[in-house]
Amino acid sequence: MTPPVGQEWEPVCRLEDLEVERGAAALVHGQAVALFRTHDDRVYALANHDPFSRASVLARGIVGTRGEVDFVASPMHKHAFDLRTGRCLDDDHVSVASYEVRIESGVVQVGSRQERRASA
Amino acid sequence: MTERIPRTDPRGTHQRRTLVVVGHGMVGHRFVQAAVERGLTETHDVVVVGEECRPAYDRVALTSYFAASSADELSLLPSGRYDDPRVDLRLGTRVTGVDAEDRTVALDDGTQVRYDALVLATGAAPFVPPVPGRDLPGCFVYRTIEDLDAIRDAAATATSGVVIGGGLLGLEAANALVQLGLETHVVEMAPRLMPVQLDEAGGRTLVRHVEGLGVTVHTGAATEAVLGEEAVTGLALAGGGRVEAQLVVFSAGIRPRDQLARDAGLAVAERGGVLVDEQCRSSDPHVFAIGECAAPGGVMYGLVAPGYSMAEVVVDALLEGAGTFTGADMSTKLKLLGVDVASFGDAFATTPGALELVFADAVAGVYKKLVVGRAEDGGHRLLGGVLVGDASAYGVLRPMVSSGITLPDNPEELILPARSGAGAQLGLPDEAVVCSCNNVTKGEIGSAVALDEDGAHACQDLSCVKSCTRAGSTCGSCVPVVKNIIEEHFAAQGRVVDKGLCEHFSLTRQELFDLVAVHGYRRFDDLVEAHGRGRGCEVCKPVVASILASQFNGHVLGAETKALQDTNDAYLANIQRNGTYSVVPRIPGGEITPEKLIVIGEVARDFNLYTKITGGQRIDLFGARMEELPQIWRRLVDAGFESGHAYGKSLRTVKSCVGSTWCRYGVQDSVGLAIALELRYRGLRSPHKLKGGVSGCARECAEARGKDFGVIATEKGWNLYVGGNGGANPAHAQLLAGDLDTETLVRYLDRFLMYYVRTADRLQRTSAWVEQLDGGLDRVRAVVVDDELGLGAELEAAMVRHIGSYRDEWQATLEDPDKLARFVSFVNAPGTPDPSIAFTTERGQIQPVVPDDGSGAGGGRTPEPVLVAATIGVREQA
Ligand code: SRM
Ligand SMILES: Cc1cc2nc3c(=O)[nH]c(=O)nc-3n(C[C@H](O)[C@H](O)[C@H](O)COP(=O)(O)OP(=O)(O)OC[C@H]3O[C@@H](n4cnc5c(N)ncnc54)[C@H](O)[C@@H]3O)c2cc1C
Ligand code: SF4
Ligand code: FES
Repeated sequence: MTPPVGQEWEPVCRLEDLEVERGAAALVHGQAVALFRTHDDRVYALANHDPFSRASVLARGIVGTRGEVDFVASPMHKHAFDLRTGRCLDDDHVSVASYEVRIESGVVQVGSRQERRASA
Repeated sequence: MTERIPRTDPRGTHQRRTLVVVGHGMVGHRFVQAAVERGLTETHDVVVVGEECRPAYDRVALTSYFAASSADELSLLPSGRYDDPRVDLRLGTRVTGVDAEDRTVALDDGTQVRYDALVLATGAAPFVPPVPGRDLPGCFVYRTIEDLDAIRDAAATATSGVVIGGGLLGLEAANALVQLGLETHVVEMAPRLMPVQLDEAGGRTLVRHVEGLGVTVHTGAATEAVLGEEAVTGLALAGGGRVEAQLVVFSAGIRPRDQLARDAGLAVAERGGVLVDEQCRSSDPHVFAIGECAAPGGVMYGLVAPGYSMAEVVVDALLEGAGTFTGADMSTKLKLLGVDVASFGDAFATTPGALELVFADAVAGVYKKLVVGRAEDGGHRLLGGVLVGDASAYGVLRPMVSSGITLPDNPEELILPARSGAGAQLGLPDEAVVCSCNNVTKGEIGSAVALDEDGAHACQDLSCVKSCTRAGSTCGSCVPVVKNIIEEHFAAQGRVVDKGLCEHFSLTRQELFDLVAVHGYRRFDDLVEAHGRGRGCEVCKPVVASILASQFNGHVLGAETKALQDTNDAYLANIQRNGTYSVVPRIPGGEITPEKLIVIGEVARDFNLYTKITGGQRIDLFGARMEELPQIWRRLVDAGFESGHAYGKSLRTVKSCVGSTWCRYGVQDSVGLAIALELRYRGLRSPHKLKGGVSGCARECAEARGKDFGVIATEKGWNLYVGGNGGANPAHAQLLAGDLDTETLVRYLDRFLMYYVRTADRLQRTSAWVEQLDGGLDRVRAVVVDDELGLGAELEAAMVRHIGSYRDEWQATLEDPDKLARFVSFVNAPGTPDPSIAFTTERGQIQPVVPDDGSGAGGGRTPEPVLVAATIGVREQA
């Protein structure tokens, strides 16, 4: 079972510990989470697990844009995931969990798992 | 043995008929193919009897056999059998007689086969003039793979060879002798080379080219005798001339193999060949003849294209169709000894009122002549022509002859230099035959790229058009025009043939490469701002990283490029299915000391890595966690290892065989050269991975011709082959230059690799790159060997810069805390190993435990919600 995700904001690292347009894995509430810092210094958090290859690797993918959407391409077989929602851009039926993120005095904090609106 | 052909349809409804084909050569094979495709086998069993021991092969490309690894490369039926079970192919079997009364053929295995229809496709035999000495050991003809094997064997002990006959086939044979390293002579009775195709000026231009290649040409010279007691020692020419040679190839024309027909009492033409009518039917209505053994209307055609047309006509006749063969275009285009030669239509201006337009450039060795006549509308039409030295216009000109279209106002433009690419824009009509080998019209190519009736299939590129229409699949001379027609078609539909990389750049890799070279961009951001849009993606970022690395050779994890790197480059290792990595230290040429082997063993043991010998003559250590990579490499670097770049689109390995140092057959030190080349080109980032190989003799144990560049030792030096690979579409590397000394070899390789690095597309290996280059391998040779673009020095300098700036990537990484920062399992818990990684043991070594095996590897759709270990992966609950 999925362990209940803590309600607390968990400080993870400093913003400058993250490479721009690249990811890093972190352990948050016991979960492997992939943090991504975009070129304009926004930070997103997705579950690190690539549902296609079933390996914990998303943090190691290339970050870019598809149209207006910031995304990461899984390093395994290049499936693209929307950084904001975790939705897979190549397959509507697949998505990964995404987490709330905020930056307080230069420290990246990860919060609870984002509620997802059921897709049509 | 008795007859074993089923005489009835298995369902017992109709009487099935039997069709016997004699000869499984190029035309016989085409006939069977057409018979199967057009449904003739629904009503007929087909028995094909072929005298040669192998299925039909590409005789037109016979000379390439010397460069081929095996006869299979030339095969037209590589599987050795037809998919249709109703075709019974009997090879190594000769038809010894035809009984036209009884309608049976007798085979040399003692069996007889009854036929309802008989198709003779026995081809032709080389004509050997009755000169004394012609049976001496050392005399050969040039027609079959066996002939070439025999010539090659004899060439091993010969120093010079002579070809009797300076026609098309004779020059082809001379080419082969040159390739075999013989001092080569050509003796031609007529006053010029290729007397049938070329006029005097064209022939003279050709002689200059051919002599430039080291062949001695004797025109106007009749052979009186072949000299020698036990074996050939030379030729005696009329008038007292002599030529020293230990090998003689007769190539003085061909004679149709019509003996079976003669013995059976069928009519034959005056100059030989089974006399047939417009349906290729002989004087016996049950017997047909096609290809070089046939003489439709008394004329024998020594080319493959008319034979193919005859094959189609006979299939048509047997299906009660109305197709006819009324003569064929005898146009020829060849590359003889590297010289383009073409002759088409009324090359000798025999049509009354014909005019000749000639362009000649003695310095460049180019001669072009157009024969022009009056068109019905009062303008000019093209009747024929001769091209020597530059036949690029052939593809456009020949269809203009057959279609009879009115020429533009300045027809001389067609042969003036540097106006090529006129291509399809010249408005060929749809009926114009563009591919003469396969009789494909411009219209048919157009339909192949247009949607078919049910809107399903439309070819998107040349290779699809080739396989669907056969255009371009035989001699290849029409390929540039076919390509133009395809592109013109797409353009007419308003479809931009998009060559851009991705949504962020509408530029090709080569265009980006040039922009970087010109502007000196060092950062992706600057490049995308100036020439692209958005923030890039997994396609363009690695391309730009590779281009920057090729030009400036900065570190892969340098500040400006580290975010751009693809999966494996990003961690200087190859990612595995469970998220761990493999480690491949460089083992140049596959040579390694026992001490180093021990170090690898110790590292593998200490880090508990799975160990395997790779297909690239080195050792791969699998199952390293990302955060362990620096420690593993620390140990390896300290022991003198460096990165093997198994992860990079860059030089991988230069494979070697043991070579002359140990091997009793070796003629050069292949290990030494392989190591030198691997060290020279290590770290060179390229559009796709690059591999090399060096073999110490022609036995080719290093499989060098399966590599992007392959070197094979010869007695005199090295042969250099380029454009090979294994993988899904294996390709054999082709000979670029022969008998090179090491210095020249390295110079050519420097140029070749840099030329590739500059101009190839993303993920295009050398073979595909050579193929799509305009001019293919000849183009590569022009740039690399002949330095026709004057680029040689620049390409070499670029390589020298690369070599000078090489540093081992792993060593540099270990020295730089910024680069090492990435190698942690979790930013906030660097000491905690990723809990999702687990191993089992198999055959004494670790193996990854892959959750729910079998579904993830292909990257397909995940069927079930996934919950794995400590990570959450969820399928959207819809
Ligand atoms: C390890 C090895 C198999 C082995 O256990 O022997 C191997 C493993 C992989 N090969 Fe290979 N290839 C290996 C020798 C070969 C060979 C044999 C050779 O080099 O003589 C070939 C055929 C020769 C060739 O390259 O033309 C070969 C043709 C391929 C191809 C097809 C390339 C093509 O042009 O079609 C791929 C796919 C690609 O590169 O796009 C590929 C891709 C791969 C990848 C990178 C697949 C991937 O993306 O993960 C594998 C990475 C393994 C790793 O993590 O280290 N591998 N691969 C061999 C490593 C050789 C080395 O020491 O570096
Ligand atoms: C070196 C070379 C280069 C050439 N270059 C070109 C070129 O550039 N362009 C071009 O158009 N043409 C070229 N040709 C000519 C082309 O190869 C021939 O036109 C073509 O092969 C003719 O096909 P075919 O089937 O009639 O004869 P073949 O291909 O010779 O096939 C006839 C087959 O019948 C077999 N056979 C004969 N008698 C019997 C029997 N009694 N029983 C059983 N089997 C029998 C023979 O062994 C042979 O295998 C070239 C030929 C050569 C040798
Ligand atoms: S053949 Fe396929 S599975 Fe085997 S090593 Fe190469 S890429 Fe991997
Ligand atoms: S003309 Fe020979 S393949 Fe097209």
